[in-house]
Amino acid sequence: MLDVLSWVLLVGGGLISIVAGIGLLRFPDLYTRMHAASMLDTLGAGCVVLGLVFQTIVHMVEKGEDATLTPFVAFKLILVFVFLAFTTSTAGHALAKSALASGVRPRAADGSLLPIGGVLANDESSVRGEEGTSSPR
Amino acid sequence: MMFGVSAFLLLIGMGLAMTRALKGPTVFDRILAVNVFGTATVLMVSVIGFMGETMTDLVDIALIYALISFTGTIAVLRFVEFDQLQRRAEATEGEL
Repeated sequence: MLDVLSWVLLVGGGLISIVAGIGLLRFPDLYTRMHAASMLDTLGAGCVVLGLVFQTIVHMVEKGEDATLTPFVAFKLILVFVFLAFTTSTAGHALAKSALASGVRPRAADGSLLPIGGVLANDESSVRGEEGTSSPR
Repeated sequence: MMFGVSAFLLLIGMGLAMTRALKGPTVFDRILAVNVFGTATVLMVSVIGFMGETMTDLVDIALIYALISFTGTIAVLRFVEFDQLQRRAEATEGEL
């Protein structure tokens, strides 16, 4: 039972990685692409790590004393997820801040570019125009 | 067997992320794609570590890779930001 559930989670995590990749390719601008990327960072990583933890439990129940996968391995897997949860959110924040500061403007639902407000729009010359024309490469 | 399926699906996702990294168009799209590629690599290394049921040391490598790829992303972002600030300063200097 737990075995089947762990397989479903592992394959589901793989499918989420493909969904994130498709979103990364097809979404129109940077900020929507970040939304697609965060799919893999949260749900995808959670699915894969939980699937592997379940797999560890199944292995321990089957092998008993001479199991090579110990509770310590499960702990390390959860630690992987915790580190990913901290690092990807920090990196996403830094990426969005850096992109806004260098004039990559968010795109509204009707396709128009939104102005950059607040302290980031300190001078008009820093606001860049259409995507890909004058943006940094 | 299913570990292989999961690793293969993650590999396809990595390929799509790499396509975005090659296409751009801005440097931030590339950084984002490389970040996703790094996350998928961490997950794939953990999955591959379970294949033989004896190579669980690969989980440690995944742990280290998660932290190093984060440091790399922040370093590249700092570099890009600093570069652009410098370029903007040079441009305003020319106007004066």
